[in-house]
Amino acid sequence: MTDSKYFTTTKKGEIFELKAELNSDKKEKKKEAVKKVIASMTVGKDVSALFPDVVNCMQTDNLELKKLVYLYLMNYAKSQPDMAIMAVNTFVKDCEDPNPLIRALAVRTMGCIRVDKITEYLCEPLRKCLKDEDPYVRKTAAVCVAKLHDINAQLVEDQGFLDTLKDLISDSNPMVVANAVAALSEIAESHPNSNLLDLNPQSINKLLTALNECTEWGQIFILDCLANYTPRDDRESQSICERVTPRLSHANSAVVLSAVKVLMKFMEMLPKDLDYYGTLLKKLAPPLVTLLSAEPELQYVALRNINLIVQKRPEILKHEMKVFFVKYNDPIYVKLEKLDIMIRLASQANIAQVLAELKEYATEVDVDFVRKAVRAIGRCAIKVEQSAERCVSTLLDLIQTKVNYVVQEAIVVIKDIFRKYPNKYESVIATLCENLDSLDEPEARAAMIWIVGEYAERIDNADELLESFLEGFHDESTQVQLQLLTAIVKLFLKKPTETQELVQQVLSLATQDSDNPDLRDRGYIYWRLLSTDPVAAKEVVLAEKPLISEETDLIEPTLLEELICHIGTLASVYHKPPSAFVEGSRGVMHKRLPARTGSGEGTECPDVGNAAGGSAPEAAPSIIPSQGDLLGDLLNLDLAPPTTTGPTPSTSGMQMGGMDLLGGGLDSLVGTALCNILIMSKLNSSLLSPQLGGDIGGSPAMGAGFGAAPTVMPASLNAPVGGGLGDLFDLGGGVGMPMGAYIPPKTVWLPAMKAKGLEISGTFARRAGVIQMELVLTNKAMSVMTDFAIQFNRNSFGLAPAGPLQVLTPLGPNQTIEVSLPLSTVGPVMKMDPLNNLQVAVKNNIDVFYFSCQYPISMLFVEDGKMERQVFLATWKDIPNDNESQFQIQDCHLNSEAASNKLQGSNIFTIAKRTVEGQDMLYMSIKLSNGIWVLAELKVQAGNPNYTISLKCRAPEVSQCVFQCYEAVLKN
Amino acid sequence: MIGGLFIYNHKGEVLISRVYRDDIGRNAVDAFRVNVIHARQQVRSPVTNIARTSFFHVKRSNIWLAAVTKQNVNAAMVFEFLYKMCDVMASYFGKISEENIKNNFVLIYELLDEILDFGYPQNSETGSLKTFITQQGIKGQHQTKEEQSQITSQVTGQIGWRREGIKYRRNELFLDVLESVNLLMSPQGQVLSAHVSGRVVMKSYLSGMPECKFGMNDKIIIDKAGKGGVTNEAGKSDLGGGGSTSGKQSIAIDDCTFNQCVRLSKFDSERSISFIPPDGEYELMRYRTTKDIILPFRVIPLVREVGRTKLEVKVVIKSNFKPSLLAQKIEVRIPTPLNTSGVQVICMKGKAKYKASENAIVWKIKRMAGMKESQISAEIELLPTNDKKKWARPPISMNFEVPFAPSGLKVRYLKVFESKLNYSDHDVIKWVRYIGRSGIYETRC
Repeated sequence: MTDSKYFTTTKKGEIFELKAELNSDKKEKKKEAVKKVIASMTVGKDVSALFPDVVNCMQTDNLELKKLVYLYLMNYAKSQPDMAIMAVNTFVKDCEDPNPLIRALAVRTMGCIRVDKITEYLCEPLRKCLKDEDPYVRKTAAVCVAKLHDINAQLVEDQGFLDTLKDLISDSNPMVVANAVAALSEIAESHPNSNLLDLNPQSINKLLTALNECTEWGQIFILDCLANYTPRDDRESQSICERVTPRLSHANSAVVLSAVKVLMKFMEMLPKDLDYYGTLLKKLAPPLVTLLSAEPELQYVALRNINLIVQKRPEILKHEMKVFFVKYNDPIYVKLEKLDIMIRLASQANIAQVLAELKEYATEVDVDFVRKAVRAIGRCAIKVEQSAERCVSTLLDLIQTKVNYVVQEAIVVIKDIFRKYPNKYESVIATLCENLDSLDEPEARAAMIWIVGEYAERIDNADELLESFLEGFHDESTQVQLQLLTAIVKLFLKKPTETQELVQQVLSLATQDSDNPDLRDRGYIYWRLLSTDPVAAKEVVLAEKPLISEETDLIEPTLLEELICHIGTLASVYHKPPSAFVEGSRGVMHKRLPARTGSGEGTECPDVGNAAGGSAPEAAPSIIPSQGDLLGDLLNLDLAPPTTTGPTPSTSGMQMGGMDLLGGGLDSLVGTALCNILIMSKLNSSLLSPQLGGDIGGSPAMGAGFGAAPTVMPASLNAPVGGGLGDLFDLGGGVGMPMGAYIPPKTVWLPAMKAKGLEISGTFARRAGVIQMELVLTNKAMSVMTDFAIQFNRNSFGLAPAGPLQVLTPLGPNQTIEVSLPLSTVGPVMKMDPLNNLQVAVKNNIDVFYFSCQYPISMLFVEDGKMERQVFLATWKDIPNDNESQFQIQDCHLNSEAASNKLQGSNIFTIAKRTVEGQDMLYMSIKLSNGIWVLAELKVQAGNPNYTISLKCRAPEVSQCVFQCYEAVLKN
Repeated sequence: MIGGLFIYNHKGEVLISRVYRDDIGRNAVDAFRVNVIHARQQVRSPVTNIARTSFFHVKRSNIWLAAVTKQNVNAAMVFEFLYKMCDVMASYFGKISEENIKNNFVLIYELLDEILDFGYPQNSETGSLKTFITQQGIKGQHQTKEEQSQITSQVTGQIGWRREGIKYRRNELFLDVLESVNLLMSPQGQVLSAHVSGRVVMKSYLSGMPECKFGMNDKIIIDKAGKGGVTNEAGKSDLGGGGSTSGKQSIAIDDCTFNQCVRLSKFDSERSISFIPPDGEYELMRYRTTKDIILPFRVIPLVREVGRTKLEVKVVIKSNFKPSLLAQKIEVRIPTPLNTSGVQVICMKGKAKYKASENAIVWKIKRMAGMKESQISAEIELLPTNDKKKWARPPISMNFEVPFAPSGLKVRYLKVFESKLNYSDHDVIKWVRYIGRSGIYETRC
């Protein structure tokens, strides 16, 4: 029998013909016709017009035909809800059929028809099926509860299905248990605190028993559910581990990985001196290695997870280096991951083998892989000191191959090796200099320039070399420009007599002819330092650099903990928390590892979501007191509206005058601060920077690169520099003010794949009353991108760019630029769904790309949003109660004072506070940029991490968005 | 959970599309086509995130299977499921090809409805699926009530892989120990990595619900038995076969995984492998060893570059096992540079040919006894190129088949108990066979 013929009919009038066939008296013809309909549906043709005719075929004894009709129904019921009702009777009847297969089929299909009207009819049959005598029907009904919950959660609760579902956990049939667990876990995800699963030692025991008996998939559901449980003490933890370990021998890799997840999590609770702890560690290695003989796609998933496990518990796999050696025929994605793990496992004991392998890989064909291999050699050198010499000589060998990208990559890593082992391998500089001309990537050029500047005194023609770069200064990327500036200043400080002209040239290029604030500011700093106190300049610029750390690109510990709790899932594949890629409330709950019992260490990890940014404020304020009032006053300047990047003022006179402002005591402090800054910027590009400049990477264009000491910076430099540094300040608004407005972490809006290599990520911020869209553009394509422009679609609040997109230099391959685009709220308005959705078009010389993103509505909260008390009271009464909506904010540990302060930072103003029986009631007002007022009442009970918030607004649509803002602000 | 499942042909045309969750729209079908299938080599990972939607894909010949989701699903499970689905489809209609999929699309939809419910994988054992998904839809009506409940209890039951009431006139079982030996060797003959991944495949034709117990020369069990002072009687009734090295050695198994019929908790506590087997052919266990592997062949390469336009290659292979055994289907693949213009080959044994389309010299030997040696030498003429890139020198790879288990694994016993029926362990006819094949067996040159 061949069905392929159904795919081939494409005549006109087809629908008409099909209609006739569907209504034919002959059964065979009917079935044929339905098959044709399904085939058209698969290909994407709209056959919804045939709805009544297809539904008419439903009343049949032929099971195959029935299934086909059901398939059709599931697809089109939503578009024809009224017609779908026609099918209800058949379903209800089928749910009574003596054949359990038919009963199950009916209840399964009914759950997939997502029409509100049908759900009412579904309840009775579902209730019966949940208690059916046949396990096959019960297991199907269990899943159906999850389906129904997805359509109408309230209905499920009202009908008491959740309790029935809970009862099924004690069912005699393991598959029913497994499906009930799966359904409950899913429902529980959307009610984070509902305690639906109610895991306790008894129910855990039931699950563990079912675990031994159910299908491989059921085992996965149960293990994933177990992973959410936190045992009471180490004894319970051990006994669960003992019952889970046999799963490590399962043939299904997902079962193994889920078991690993449970073990990794519960292990946290075991005392390390326990024998069992050691046994468990040993038991984990072999199954992990076995995963590497699975199919490549699974290997990939396994490797991404092993990468996490190795970071968390390096001891597990430390003897298994060899299994991560790359095979010639491995797919590239497996190769790259293996390489990553090899470096993590590299140690003195195995370094010889690793290096031999890496050298082998560096001669392969795939460019990405080769680059990574070269980089890995550098990382080995930094990690294992004993091997450094061998690594350097290997890198030199590779440079001799003259393969362009190998040479460039090698130079980048050699720079890092110099940083780690100063005054040891400088003899190779000569070889590096030979390759100067072949460097065309910014990173390699910058690295080379750094080397020349750093070792200027040992390179005879350092000035010539640097001068040659200077010719095309404006065509270079920012990275190279910054590096060149620093390198020439270093050179000048080392050989002042011959290079005065050069340094003049670079300073004027950087300050007067450049539009890049970063570059300009750094230029001014140097200029001023050199002209006032060359000795201090020397101390600053040539200061000893802090050593770089060995372990690089480690995942931040709190994130790592969370990811360990997600072993086996997508989060562990992406190395991102679920909130980064899952929409809505599902799975956004942060998971963390349990604390070891009896010891205090562990769970004080803050919110994990915002790994980037945000840690700086704590560090900075501590410096303030020692500065005295002067600084305090100056700090307030941060709040001034930002000065636009206008033409640079001419300098010299102002500079000199300004220096007086600096009290003697400040000098040293400024020195160190500057020193940090310079070093950080220098490192900015290097692979090894994360531990120093973790918060820098964010947005050098905004000046956030100077994050570590922003409070000191503006004070010491404000006066001398004047407007030119203005933009440096308003970044202070984010960092210097302890209670800044909430800025969500940057997310990728437009992946490179969708935009011919252009990747855009970004966020929104409100700085000193101006809404800004902060974009990071990355060119992942092979060619240079120019002519950027941006446009918004009409949107709910009339957001529009207030100026053109300032991307002045062409964006080279692999280059990243950060732009901040001020927005106005006077553009055309159109209601969007969701309300805060923004559709954006970005154009460059290649094409126009579209993406949409969502902005936190708090960006629209204006500064004059504080309402008079009386007005508040009147307005609150005036707004009808229908417009009030209530929300819960969970897991927030601020007291009302702190919450109020925090909210004020985002222009949510507290007007009054009342305390009733230990419960603080805060009344707040918000004004949106379009004049809409939102009134809020926030109930905070001491000791209870859950807040209740009621929002009243004449435009109740915004409530949901406002609530989200509350949540975001309070939790960050 | 899985939100939808799509199958495409190589052009990106949809052959099957089944959506399980509301959050997956029709545009997801196109998103995958445009961003992954049409992107050719650009996409380098089997998991892709496009606009907050994650796509998992596997390829079978030129058919793409993609699972789609918007949630944080268990990624390993999704891939396991995709493989399983391929197995199920293959067992219903053979090779997974565009033609077969189009020919069976109704069946596939029916299967997808059964094995995936709301994105949750359900029973996917072909054995039980075939009892009620038959493509003869009317069958449902002819079943008796008992038959129906037997089906449902099998599908959901503890022993979902075997039905009751199986009868054979002759109770018989076949055990195949299939090993693939993997090697990566440096040009100097140093073993960089070597491991055996083995499978025990069983074909069982046994009546009733037999309880089986499987034993092998696993070091841990034998040590355990030795310590307890009990010599296992079963050791004597060795099932024979194999016999590459001395008989009584035990081997260290690094890790093993079992078919779901094996009671894992029993293996964990007593290290005994007991199970009720599925009917017919299935894979009982997989294992991996890395210690004391018998490497059946050693490859000694010698590559010399004579100027810019000529390469001289000499490769010696040595067989390293009992002279009485014969290796078969030996094939040595010597890669040649892309700019090869001509090759002259001389070999002592077998046939060698330069295959321009594969950029390799392929040397085939039908049979070769143990402890022998053979050699090939070749002169490769190269076209002069101005390509700066050096030739990457891929490793020399080998294929072969030997009649023993390179890991040294031996089957010690397989006992069958069926208390309800009147046959005993002695009445079962048992066959054991050992086959060692090359996995990735490479020597760098």
